[in-house]
Amino acid sequence: MRSERGAGLGLKAAAWAVIAFLHIPLALIVLYAFSAEDKSYVFPPPALTTKWFAVAWQREDVWAAIKLSFQVASLSSVVAIVLGTLAAAALARTKFFGRDAISLLLILPIALPGVITGIALRSAYGTLEIPFSFWTIVIGHATFCVVVVYNNAVARLRRLNPNLIEASMDLGADAFQTVRHVILPQLGSALLAGALLAFALSFDEVIVTTFTAGQQTTLPIWMLQELIRPRQRPVTNVVAVVIIALTFIPILAAYYLTRADESAHR
Amino acid sequence: MSGVLALPAPPQPLRRRISDLLYTRRGVLLLALLAPPLLWFGVIYLGSLFALLANAFFGLDDFTGQVVREFTLKNFVELMRPSNLDVVVRSVSMAIAVTLTCVALAFPLAYYMARHASGATKAMLYIAVMLPLWSSYLVRLYAWKLLLAKEGAISWLADQAHAHWIIDALLSLPAIGGPSLSFSTLGTFIVFVYMWLPFMILPVQAAIERIPGSYIEASGDLGAGTGMTFAKVILPLALPGIAAGSIFTFSLTLGDYIIPQVIGDSTNYIGQVVYKQQGVAGNVPFAAAFSLVPIVVVGVYLWFAKRLGAFDAL
Repeated sequence: MRSERGAGLGLKAAAWAVIAFLHIPLALIVLYAFSAEDKSYVFPPPALTTKWFAVAWQREDVWAAIKLSFQVASLSSVVAIVLGTLAAAALARTKFFGRDAISLLLILPIALPGVITGIALRSAYGTLEIPFSFWTIVIGHATFCVVVVYNNAVARLRRLNPNLIEASMDLGADAFQTVRHVILPQLGSALLAGALLAFALSFDEVIVTTFTAGQQTTLPIWMLQELIRPRQRPVTNVVAVVIIALTFIPILAAYYLTRADESAHR
Repeated sequence: MSGVLALPAPPQPLRRRISDLLYTRRGVLLLALLAPPLLWFGVIYLGSLFALLANAFFGLDDFTGQVVREFTLKNFVELMRPSNLDVVVRSVSMAIAVTLTCVALAFPLAYYMARHASGATKAMLYIAVMLPLWSSYLVRLYAWKLLLAKEGAISWLADQAHAHWIIDALLSLPAIGGPSLSFSTLGTFIVFVYMWLPFMILPVQAAIERIPGSYIEASGDLGAGTGMTFAKVILPLALPGIAAGSIFTFSLTLGDYIIPQVIGDSTNYIGQVVYKQQGVAGNVPFAAAFSLVPIVVVGVYLWFAKRLGAFDAL
């Protein structure tokens, strides 16, 4: 009964109102990046200017934070791809004792409040006397990124026709050749989508990072410091717009790469 | 000498032998695949969680401020103090209120997406929900700082509509009010709802989409009106989706320590207490004990959600 009489006007209005609620704050950020006012958040902005983009471009601390976040997100995604794909291959089509426990274990880092993962890792580092470094951030990020890759890979593997694997084996390919020439080409775009989402997740993570970064400043930590103690508001506005742009790209790319999985899902 | 020439079996390359072993012994394959992720999660993640759990039973030396590794239940006695129980009650109430509001806001959009929108509109709506879900948490929080500021957009809009008295009236309410929107529990609540709403919309939409259209027609044919069909057919069948979404809205609200710090008055929530105890106060054992509260609450909640079928709807 898809829209037999069309949606009622009230339903339609409510639906679009919720969409507006979700997007107006983001649009506002973009507007503020051009605001000429630098002392307060006055609305509407008294005048518009692009000069803050130039000011932000000159800021060494912003570039350093972007660089660190980029490195952390890249490495965390790589670890997440390896671990997530292995777990997906093991769990996609099998049933064994403890299978549900393992999939729960993979989800746990995002199901439990981030403050717990953060403080747990921090107290483990403290107990083992591991000093904070680039690697302590990556370990935390990779842990909660695995589930994103895992979800994408499992969805694709369940769609993969198992006869293809049998056929490959019958034609004389060994297991490694089958993985290399049959399974991976089919899995590729799902893994890329998972990696892009893992990248976006890591690039934006702040809650676990505050516990595992020590004195290092990732981009979200820079942003958090500005939120709590604003130093130069216009620069923060510009950085916020840059972050929106940087995260929208991988999200949209991931969406287009997995559209087929989504529709097969339903 | 025998006339039959025994052909030696061609030596199998090692690679082939491993390959055959993996194909014929599925257990070996499974173990090889699972070993790396299980080692990572088992050692690093579960190891850390257990280290945290162990810390909850340690104490602090009053003079040196160092952690003393001797078994004590002192932290849990401390936890039962009224001021700490207040924090727990406040956090859980906030999580429940945020979850219920998210359901109310998500339902119309989810229903519209699942049963009315199609083709390009549907894809666009899907992206419109997904983008905020994945985009930066801090940037979206920052947007609300701009919106809720005294000189910000909401205030301006209220002035234009000569409706500022509504905001003033809301802010003068005892439990949720405060000096301004960005320094009130009301503000904290609005931002929580905004942040986690997409996590509710998507699973509810998926659940409504799975309801066969014939059920709704049958309900109408049997004489039920729109309201009756909603209450007796759609809502019960969408419940697994609601439960799935509520896992996120509930758990994320319960553990967050940044939103109440940026938007809100100075009242504490669980996440903030944990954060301050381990950071400012340096009392890791008490922070560890306090972080068990959300683990237990979320655990109980997950158990309920599982009974409602939430895991099949994820």
